[in-house]
Amino acid sequence: MSHWVEHLPIVPIVLPLATAVLLLLLDERRRALKAAINLVSTLTLLGVAIAILRSANAPTSNGSVGAGVYLLGNWPAPFGIVLVGDRLSALMLVLTGILASATLLFSIARWHRAGAYFHPLFQLLLMGLNGAFLTGDLFNLFVFFELLLAASYGLVLHGSGVLRIKAGLHYIAINLAASLLFLIGVSLIYGTTGTLNMADLATRLPTIADGDRILLEAGAALFGIALLVKAGMWPLGFWLPGTYAVAAPPVAAMFSIMTKVGIYTVLRLWLLLFGGEAGASAYFGGNWLLLGGIATVIFGSLGALASQDLARLAGFNVLVSSGTLLAVVSVGDAAVTGAALYYLVGSTLAVSAFYLLIELIERGRAAGADVIAVTIEAFGDQEDEEETSTGIAIPGTIAVLGVSFACCALLLSGLPPLAGFIAKFLLLSSLLNPTEIGAAAVDATSWTLTALLILSGLAVVIAMMRVGIRVFWVPVGGELASVRIVEVAPIVALLFLCVVLTIQAGPVMRFMQATAQSLHAPQTYVRDVLAAQPVKRAWKEGGL
Amino acid sequence: MEIILAVGIGVLTGSGVWLLLRPRTFQVLIGLSLLSYAVNLFIFSMGRLRTSMPPVLRPGVPSDLAHYADPVPQALVLTAIVITFAMTALLLVVLLASRGVTGTDHVDWWKSDS
Repeated sequence: MSHWVEHLPIVPIVLPLATAVLLLLLDERRRALKAAINLVSTLTLLGVAIAILRSANAPTSNGSVGAGVYLLGNWPAPFGIVLVGDRLSALMLVLTGILASATLLFSIARWHRAGAYFHPLFQLLLMGLNGAFLTGDLFNLFVFFELLLAASYGLVLHGSGVLRIKAGLHYIAINLAASLLFLIGVSLIYGTTGTLNMADLATRLPTIADGDRILLEAGAALFGIALLVKAGMWPLGFWLPGTYAVAAPPVAAMFSIMTKVGIYTVLRLWLLLFGGEAGASAYFGGNWLLLGGIATVIFGSLGALASQDLARLAGFNVLVSSGTLLAVVSVGDAAVTGAALYYLVGSTLAVSAFYLLIELIERGRAAGADVIAVTIEAFGDQEDEEETSTGIAIPGTIAVLGVSFACCALLLSGLPPLAGFIAKFLLLSSLLNPTEIGAAAVDATSWTLTALLILSGLAVVIAMMRVGIRVFWVPVGGELASVRIVEVAPIVALLFLCVVLTIQAGPVMRFMQATAQSLHAPQTYVRDVLAAQPVKRAWKEGGL
Repeated sequence: MEIILAVGIGVLTGSGVWLLLRPRTFQVLIGLSLLSYAVNLFIFSMGRLRTSMPPVLRPGVPSDLAHYADPVPQALVLTAIVITFAMTALLLVVLLASRGVTGTDHVDWWKSDS
């Protein structure tokens, strides 16, 4: 294997860091140059992520996770910090890369001018996200979480204004408190097991003394709460719709992956540490995940029905997606997890596209139009419905925006024919056909989740349809807001990816199932991480 | 020593949580600071409490944890101090901005009449 492939896993962390430093050094007025550098770096990151995905997915002789284990500082696994680029990490990296490219392109049209330091913060956010997805060490995970949060604090305030400062204050205070819980959890886990390496933890968990087990579980629970604050689980996610609604649209679109960082970490650590082989702690906390997920879906659906503006509607869609993922992951079945991963990708792309779309839709409308629309609905239509100009040509912009909106609505509510439907169908089919041995009948949990998935889809479809009718089926008055191609292109690209996801559902699902299988059988992950050998010095051969 | 440390952490955490739930932004900030002190002490104590045992290898002493303090929590606590300190400073900036633009230091921007 050539040397550069071995160093791939570090690139998604080092490249954004270097780019951010470079961007900081450049004068803030040279925006075109900064945007170009940022774009090149982001596209390179996407390329690197795809390369990592390919190498992680390449079939290997011993069934290992691929070439992804990278020993930082050349220290072997339990002592040093490792980066692990397995299938799940690589999938999240690619998703981050796609969202970053789309939102950056969108922001270059106008939003990056709204405030200082957009580009360096954007790159630091990418560094934090990539690091959190790649790391195989709990404390390192904390550091990357803080990195991405620090960048996100700056980005929430991007564009300034009273609303953003207000929302930012709540957001920062809540996440700081959550970070402290994270630290208590991690230190309790270290205090009882004596290690922070995830793979090493997984081997030590079954052999823990009974006296320490309660402490360890308390630590894991605190740690879990910190993650669930990020994932937006009810009742920890009240901050989410409000903060995302006031953040600059490209920032909000990028943030739609930030809740997924919480989901990713829960998925990885819960299945790795508290999977079927964790002895007395097997599936610890699963019921809480299930109940929390269900509550989140209900809260998100009700919120979507009640929300009076588009941005809040998108925020509640994020909650529905988070809740669905938490609830179905807690079932602890590989087939369900595979379907959940497919849902994760589809819903993240759709929500992100929706946030970008909202900005274009709202640009042409008066402030407060949404509130008036809902009020009209509640108290009867007072408008004079006389429509004389029938048969006018639909303006191109509105047509594109309308079709995109319809796609978003189909994707988010899970109606055919797009990826949202396939994701929900797969979830339902795997819930109702349990693969576990001995699970002959479908249990109550599966029925509850089935009902929940269908009802939340109904709620979203009602909310989206109501908004769509009020926004698009109105007489076109005045002049249309100007929308540039570079702003529409990212939305169309994100939605096109959802269409690709739909058409290529077979190969994509095979990949997701392979990912889920390796998550549910963490022995290979543990073995690969702990068996990774430091690189021997090769000065004489002239190597690295 | 354990009792003193435990009581210290407890008092700091209690005061921190109390202040965190107060309605003024400055109280929230101080609450978060106190909580972070408590958390830092807690991380430190997870390496077990020992006296006169530096975490540096000395010649002639067996290299196991019976003869040295655990260096990992000390390294962790340094990182944690730096990060929480930076984040608190950032919160302070936002707090000042919020005070400046809204004219009140209530966390939900209620104007007090008194």
